[in-house]
Amino acid sequence: MGSSEYFEHVADMGVVGRGTTLGEAYEGAAAAMFGLMADLSEVHPRETVRFSFTEPDVELALVVWLNRLLVEARTRGMVFRTFRLRRENDTWHGEASGERWREGLTRGTEVKGATLTALRVGQRDGTWEARCVVDM
Amino acid sequence: MDIQGFQEKRPRCWSIPVAPAEQRAPVQFFGDEQLLATMDDKVREQIMNVARLPGLVGAAMTMPDAHWGYGFPIGGVAAFDPEQGGIISAGGVGFDISCGIRCLRTNLALFDISPLLTPLADELFRRIPAGVGEEGHLRLSVSELDEVLLGGARWAVDHGYGTQDDLEFVEENGRMSGAVPENVSLHAKQRQHGEMGTLGSGNHYLEVQVVEHIFDGEAAEAFGLVKGQVVVSIHCGSRGLGHQIGTDYLLSLARAAGRLGITLPDRELACAPILSDEGQRYLGAMNAGINCALANRQILAHLTRAAFRSIFPHAQLETLYDVSHNTCKAEHHDVDGRPRLLYVHRKGATRAFGPMHPSLPARYRHVGQPVIIGGTMGTGSYVLVGMEGNPAFSSASHGAGRSMSRHAALKQWSGRKLVDELAHEGILIRTRSMRGAAEEAPGAYKDVDVVARATEAAGLARRVAFLRPKACVKG
Repeated sequence: MGSSEYFEHVADMGVVGRGTTLGEAYEGAAAAMFGLMADLSEVHPRETVRFSFTEPDVELALVVWLNRLLVEARTRGMVFRTFRLRRENDTWHGEASGERWREGLTRGTEVKGATLTALRVGQRDGTWEARCVVDM
Repeated sequence: MDIQGFQEKRPRCWSIPVAPAEQRAPVQFFGDEQLLATMDDKVREQIMNVARLPGLVGAAMTMPDAHWGYGFPIGGVAAFDPEQGGIISAGGVGFDISCGIRCLRTNLALFDISPLLTPLADELFRRIPAGVGEEGHLRLSVSELDEVLLGGARWAVDHGYGTQDDLEFVEENGRMSGAVPENVSLHAKQRQHGEMGTLGSGNHYLEVQVVEHIFDGEAAEAFGLVKGQVVVSIHCGSRGLGHQIGTDYLLSLARAAGRLGITLPDRELACAPILSDEGQRYLGAMNAGINCALANRQILAHLTRAAFRSIFPHAQLETLYDVSHNTCKAEHHDVDGRPRLLYVHRKGATRAFGPMHPSLPARYRHVGQPVIIGGTMGTGSYVLVGMEGNPAFSSASHGAGRSMSRHAALKQWSGRKLVDELAHEGILIRTRSMRGAAEEAPGAYKDVDVVARATEAAGLARRVAFLRPKACVKG
């Protein structure tokens, strides 16, 4: 899984993921997003969710990925800690592991959705970077 | 924001002259110099982009509490004419469709609740599901949820949450027409499964407040407000369902823009002509989202009453008003002396109809619509009233408006320390997220007094009462 970081936005928050592959960068962005909602070091990867989606636009795929993770998490009452994303042409195969919300987890702030604001995906010096603002 | 070159054409209303080569409509910024100067440059950039969208009528506007959003700025107002190719934009409404404030007036005074404020705060916190990961007690199937999406607050009242009397004081009488549940995705409905009757997190709250000052006696009397009275404000929206509608249509409209022949200055402004199939689909889904929010606040009002009555058996909590601030609504407005049907986007802006508007409850018609500016948990909020001749398509500020990012707030404040300091000042905070409390620190917002004064000075809405927080359930 790639690394995670944040950037400033007045009302919301910018998430950044970096990695040696596009998938790793998107995984890092996912960890950044869920890191806003909980202290991920306390979350155990007890259950794994798998899903696929089709998106030819690489930038939009980041937004679709993050929003799909929110759907999968909310409909199961879960918070995710680890992520995996693999691309096969225009089809993306995702995987996320975590657990159901429980007392004792340090809670942050709910993310409503990933937006197209400051959306950028690119590669520099062999490192992929994926970023966008998430609405809180 | 650099305001060099801005012109104050009327009190607290600033514009930027349109250069001959610029293909855009005018823009107007409401507020005083201090507020505008401290706004992010992105506010200017975003509202200038809105002014380039097709079918805009008049000017693209920002309210005094505006700040950087996504696509539209928060505090953005823009009206579009469907007959002139006008558009509807998911980014112009926001993710939290119909987020708004339900204000309840009580028959209690501060001296009634003061001795029991701690158990009251605890009871509200126990009964109101709040914060990330919390679920409500109501579980609805997809078909039941479809009924909510058609019925709004009326559905909630019909199912035992509140009374018919509430509905007269909810916008649209509690039910938005034109909702099309079929236009709402299954994912959106699944996200809502455990979220009916929940507060959410972020800037959402349920606050017990006391009327500390009355500015306008006549309007206060009409609204049933007196000094020392306890009121409750509930700030929340359409929860996961609305968020997912926003997500779904933001992406589908962004993909469709090229096919629809719309050049977007910013992809986040994804939109479609109001009269197109895409525009109508979003409109039907968004109206369903509005009903979800109205039902949600109705259920929360019911839970609030139950919490109060468990401590104060004779407590009466009547709906003062329920007003949304993330919507696009079809309204009639006079433009250059001619009545026109316009679709008014208000993103982080509240409707503010003046006196005698036909949609107002009879009790308030002679004074105007109640307008609520929700402030911070440490400072206060305002009740205002809509004014005759409002220059912003009957719109006004909706809150204090952030002045500092969440990231910066986290660096500056500790949630635990902040909660303790507020308790020392007599304001009880109940939250499951100390991180959230720090992000929502009063100092991270603009001065609500300045925003309210500018709102009045600009002719958007007149101050009626100032509300001081006493207890707050934070999401």
